[in-house]
Amino acid sequence: MSRWFRRSQKNGSLLALPTALWLLVFFVLPLVIVLVVSLMSRGRGGVAQMPLTLQHYERTFGIFSIILWRSIGLAGLTTIVCLLVGYPLAFFISTRRRRIVQQITLFLVILPFWTNFLIRTYAWRILLGDEGTINGILRALGIISEPLQLLNTQFAVLVGLVYGFLPFMVLPIFASVERFNFRYVDAAQDLGANETRAFLRVVLPLTMPGLLAGCALVFIPSVGAFVTPDLLGGARGLMIGNLINNQFGGSGNMPLGSALSIVMMGVVMLSLLVYVFGNRRQTGA
Amino acid sequence: MSAQALINESALGRNRRVKQLGKLGLWLNPVLAYFFLWAPILVLVLFSFNQSKSVASFTGFTLKWYSNILNNIVGAESAFSTEIMLNAFRNSLFVGTIATAIATVLGTMIALAMARGSFPGKRLLDGLLFLPVVIPEITQAISLAIFFKVAFDWIHLLSGERVFPGFHTIIMAHVTFNISYVAIVARARLADMDPTLEEAARDLGANPWQTFCRVTFPLILPGVIAGALLAFTLSLDDFVITFFTSGVGTTTLPVFVYGLLKLTVTPEVNAISTIMMLLSTLLIGISLALQGRSASRS
Repeated sequence: MSRWFRRSQKNGSLLALPTALWLLVFFVLPLVIVLVVSLMSRGRGGVAQMPLTLQHYERTFGIFSIILWRSIGLAGLTTIVCLLVGYPLAFFISTRRRRIVQQITLFLVILPFWTNFLIRTYAWRILLGDEGTINGILRALGIISEPLQLLNTQFAVLVGLVYGFLPFMVLPIFASVERFNFRYVDAAQDLGANETRAFLRVVLPLTMPGLLAGCALVFIPSVGAFVTPDLLGGARGLMIGNLINNQFGGSGNMPLGSALSIVMMGVVMLSLLVYVFGNRRQTGA
Repeated sequence: MSAQALINESALGRNRRVKQLGKLGLWLNPVLAYFFLWAPILVLVLFSFNQSKSVASFTGFTLKWYSNILNNIVGAESAFSTEIMLNAFRNSLFVGTIATAIATVLGTMIALAMARGSFPGKRLLDGLLFLPVVIPEITQAISLAIFFKVAFDWIHLLSGERVFPGFHTIIMAHVTFNISYVAIVARARLADMDPTLEEAARDLGANPWQTFCRVTFPLILPGVIAGALLAFTLSLDDFVITFFTSGVGTTTLPVFVYGLLKLTVTPEVNAISTIMMLLSTLLIGISLALQGRSASRS
C-alpha cells in the first residue's frame, strides 16, 4: 500500500514533467526574454542591443502615459458598463421559472459569442460608419443631415469592448445567482429589512464572488485589447495593445514594445491581486 | 383628510412610482441587452443580401455577393480570392488538428498529475498553469515572437542554419495557450470522479497503468474530449497570437479575414462573415450535441 503510494507520488511528478517543461520553455522563458529586452537599447531595425537602459520605461510613463491611462480608463468603463448591464441580465436569466426559458435566454447570450471575434467587431464598423446603418437610419428619419462621427472614436472602442466581453460578466454572475437561495430575501424582509437593504446586505454579498470574477474577466482582456481599438478606434481610440503592435512593424522598437508589455502585465497582475484579495475578504467575512 | 395623511399619501405615491420605474428598468434591461447582442449580427446578415453596396439602407434582396464568392468574381479593388481563403481555411484546420492533439496529451497528463499526485512545486505549477488563461493575448503574442526570433538567431549563430517562422511556430504557440484550457476542463472531470473506483481497481490487483487504462481514462474521457474540442475551437479562432507567430505562406483563416477587414468593406465580406458565422455555430452545435450524448451515457 505505502509502496504503491510512494510510486504514484513519483509518477505524479513524472507525469507533470513534460507539460511543466513545455510551459517553462514556451511561456516562462519568453516572458523573461521580454523583461530583458525591455531593459535594452534600440538597435538598427528596431531590435534590441546593449547597453542596458531604463529609457523605454521612462517613455512608457512619460509621453505614452496618456495612452496607458486611456487603456485603463476604457477598460474600467467597459467593466462598469458590463456590470450595469450584466448583473440585472444574469438575474433575469436565473429567475426564469421554466427551465427551457432559462436555457434559451442563457443561450441567446452565449450564441453571438461563438462567432469569430474579428467578425463580431467588424459588424460594429457596419453599424457605426459614416455611411453606416445608424447614420443611415438617423438621416432617413431626418434627425441629422450630416453624418455623426461614431467610428474611430473612443466611444466606438467602448461599445466594441462591451460587446466583446459582456458574456464574461453575465456567466459568472449567473452561476452565483443560480446558487443563491431566494428564501434569504424573505428572511431579511421578515426581519424588517426593506428591499434596498435586503439587496445590499443579503443579495449583493452572496453574489459577490461571481461579480468579482466577472469584473476580472472583463477588465483584463479589455486592458490588453488589440483587435477592438484597431478596427473601431482609429487614431483617437488608440490603446496600449495597438502601441505594442506598432513596435513590431518595420519602423518599430522592440525594447519599447517589451517595456509597454511589461507595464501592461503589471496592471493585469495588480487587478488580479485586487480580485484575489477581494475574494478572500468576501469569503472570510 | 388631514394634512399628515395627504403627505403620507403623496410619499406613498412617489414610492410606488419609484418602484414602478425600477420594475420597468428591470424589464427594459434584458430587452435592450438582447437587442444590443443581436442587432450587429442581424444587420451583418441582412446586408449580405443587400442589392446595393451601401450598408446605410436596404434596397432589395440579392444573392449575387454569395455567387460572386463561389465564382471567384470580386471587385478589382478587393484583395479577395476564394482560392486563398480556402487555402487559409486548410491551414487553420492543419494547425488546429496538430496543436489540439499535442495540447490534449500534455494537458491531460498534467491534469492527472495535479489531481492525483503530490510533489514539491505543485502549487507553483498550479499558478503557472492558470497564467496563460489570464495574461492578455498581445503579451503572450509578442513574448513568443521575440522568443522565436532570439531562438532562431542563436540557431543561425551556432549551426549556420537559417530557420524561419512558419507552421511549427504557430503550432508551438497554440499548444502553449491550449494546454491550460485542456487541463482545466479535464481536472473538473477528475474532481467529479469517485476516487474509490481507482482504489477498488487497485485492491483487485490492477497495477497503476492498468488502473489508468481500464478505470480512470474511460471515466475522464468525456472531459478530455470536451477539452480537446475547446482547444480546437480556440485554435481555429485565434488571431492575435497567430498573427505574431506566423511566417510567409502560413496564413490561417482569422489572419486572412483580418487582412480582408482592414483592406476592404465590400458586400462580399458580409457574405463571407455570414457563412463563417453559420459554420462555427454548426460546428459548436455538433460538438455540444456530442458532449451531451457522451455525458448522458456515462
